[in-house]
Amino acid sequence: MPHFAKPAEGSWTAHYPELGTSPVDYRDSVDPAYYEAEREAVFKRTWLNVGRVERLPRTGSYFTRELAVADTSLILVRGKDGQIRAFHNICRHRGNKLVWNDFPAAETAGTCRQFTCKYHAWRYGLDGELTFIQQEDEFFGVDKSQYGLKAVRCEIWEGFIFVNLDPDAQPLHDYLGRFAKGIEGYPFDQMTQVTKYRANVGSNWKLFIDAFAEFYHAPVLHAKQAVQDESRKLMDVGYESLHYDIDGPHSMQSSWGGMAPPKDESMVKPIERKLRSGLFGPWDRPIEFELPSGVNPVRHKAWGIDSFLFFPNFMLLLWAPNWVLTYHYWPTSYNTHIFEGALYFVPPKNARERLGQELAAVTFKEYALQDGNTLEATQTMLESQAVREFPLNDQEVLLRHLHQTAHGFVDDYLRQKG
Amino acid sequence: MSTTLPPEFKDLEQFSDWVLFSEGERYAKRLASSMDDMQEFYDAAFPRLDDALSYLDQHELNSLPAEANNLLYLYCSLVNVSFPVEVWRQARVPDSGAASMDCILELKP
Repeated sequence: MPHFAKPAEGSWTAHYPELGTSPVDYRDSVDPAYYEAEREAVFKRTWLNVGRVERLPRTGSYFTRELAVADTSLILVRGKDGQIRAFHNICRHRGNKLVWNDFPAAETAGTCRQFTCKYHAWRYGLDGELTFIQQEDEFFGVDKSQYGLKAVRCEIWEGFIFVNLDPDAQPLHDYLGRFAKGIEGYPFDQMTQVTKYRANVGSNWKLFIDAFAEFYHAPVLHAKQAVQDESRKLMDVGYESLHYDIDGPHSMQSSWGGMAPPKDESMVKPIERKLRSGLFGPWDRPIEFELPSGVNPVRHKAWGIDSFLFFPNFMLLLWAPNWVLTYHYWPTSYNTHIFEGALYFVPPKNARERLGQELAAVTFKEYALQDGNTLEATQTMLESQAVREFPLNDQEVLLRHLHQTAHGFVDDYLRQKG
Repeated sequence: MSTTLPPEFKDLEQFSDWVLFSEGERYAKRLASSMDDMQEFYDAAFPRLDDALSYLDQHELNSLPAEANNLLYLYCSLVNVSFPVEVWRQARVPDSGAASMDCILELKP
């Protein structure tokens, strides 16, 4: 007996008939050749979120992003005109990496007036223009206007900076579609208290998205994180979402989350009672605002969180107590990826709020460590190929959609390639 | 950096090695500590949490004097050890094996 209404078709999955209900083949997560196709078809052709505008507060602010999945490193920089641009991090003279400190493979950030190559001191303006060639007379008529930094498409949505390695890609706002439109106006710019975590995970990138695109696992895998009575109750009830939705390659789920604050405080740990915070974030809203129409789309009173997946690898979680969590999954091989999780809060006004944010962040890490480790266990057994197809339930509808979407991009790419 | 606590928290001075300014250091100390040590720290510091919050609230959060700042970070460590003490009964998150996760951007202050 469902606790929350499902679509007229009887299930979320049946509501999207193109998804089917048959078991799903997970060879797309263990096959190195398939991963190579995904790099071309997905990661070199879709809009990728590489950070927020607050990281580039003033003229000359820059940071680099290593995109192993697309075989490149990018420079993101704010120019004199205030515009944020993206360039391949390569000097036009002889291919040296232009911006790095000490370790060429490590990301870096800072503020500068221009970029100067460490190798032969070629200089570039913040707009990418080549401004200086060392011993220019020794060259054979190099036209500086033709040797600026190689630009990458860079567009911004609600302060989130996206890049696209495909010069012919559709505009970002068109790509992000209906869900993005429905979130516009959310006060991301007030949530400038940020903490960020990074982990190397031994699994295909899609498996971690799978883990966060369903909450069916939560009462089981994380059972020990709740006090015992609460844990038993959660397991008996199981998990049901309030709402699922799909828009092109993107998807979202809207979930209840009655723990902020909990109905019965004895259900939570002593430190949570004291600091009024936990997995669902600080219990007390630091600011009040009207939710944009696309957030808590069914306007359910038990609403706790919306989780959007902007394909391929950007997950945006908006929580009822008015804070934000983002996840990114950056593939490094068919069976490894770098996971990044960032928590965005309104800056704390006092020590209780500060420690409440600390508790939310530490709790996030405890859960993510359990999730990440389980993924390695999944990856190794998927690689055994002892079993190839797996039955997904109705609460796992977004996993079905994710894998099918990636397949769609790969199939299109292979068809075009001939 | 000094790890001295405000005089009002002299009773917690013996735990001042928990005054650590990054999440990485706090987590590493937790993994390197025995349950007995963490329980002792928790038992001493948890009952004084309200006192600490009241004390810290006398100051502007973004310009805490050094000793108050140390107190804040002592309590960040308390948050970290609350997991082993209140739930896990072991330093590590169960089922986390060799998994690790690094904090690359810290909360402020």
